[in-house]
Amino acid sequence: MPVEMSSRRSSRITDEEISELISKLQSLLPESRRRSMSRASAAKLLKETCSYIKSLHREVGDLSDRLSDLMSTMDSGSPQAEIIRSILRS
Amino acid sequence: MESKSFTTGNRDNPNTDLHGSKNMMASHFLRALFRIQQTSTSSSSFAGRSRRIRRAAYASMAYSAGARRAWSRALLRKLRSRARLRFPRRLSRTARPQRRDMDQAQVLRKLVPGGPSMDYCKLLEETADYIRCLTTQVRLMQTVMDSISSYAHHPMIP
Repeated sequence: MPVEMSSRRSSRITDEEISELISKLQSLLPESRRRSMSRASAAKLLKETCSYIKSLHREVGDLSDRLSDLMSTMDSGSPQAEIIRSILRS
Repeated sequence: MESKSFTTGNRDNPNTDLHGSKNMMASHFLRALFRIQQTSTSSSSFAGRSRRIRRAAYASMAYSAGARRAWSRALLRKLRSRARLRFPRRLSRTARPQRRDMDQAQVLRKLVPGGPSMDYCKLLEETADYIRCLTTQVRLMQTVMDSISSYAHHPMIP
């Protein structure tokens, strides 16, 4: 049993509950990462989950860079600015 | 092949109100983008603007989940303290072999906002929600990018 269980919980957290939560995490992994995970241990799944979260953080950063790039070509009168305005209005 | 866009469905848990929070996320992010665009001048640095956009991304994630989640509360606290937003982007290069799932839980705690104060069970629950929110935000940013750049390549003819 994991040693870091909160003492505030009134009921014991069962191994079953833990493994349910872990398989939920597995279901959130994209197809490409899930292939080798069918008989993976909890440790392997968590490792893959960590790797996935890091790649998502990287993507947010990369997309921010690219949006910044695109926005430098926009001025307040451009069609692109108009798109944003119209989405906000709708 | 159908490309996944922000507006098409994903494997939503029907019990979570993802539609309402998706709209909130989109509206918050777009408003922030518009403000950034209005207030940035030709002399604004690319890095500065990119940082503001990144911050807006995490802000709209946090606001869409609101106070409902431990990770979003932790993220909102971080944003309000105006602390520099730091998310580990590089792949970890630890020499220590990480075989037990408790070691991995420690790594995970550093990645999920509020992680350090969560017990194992809570960490797993919060992680699932955090991932769902992150993927939604990424899809939103991709959609915005596609919309803007498609107009750059096909300008409207009045």
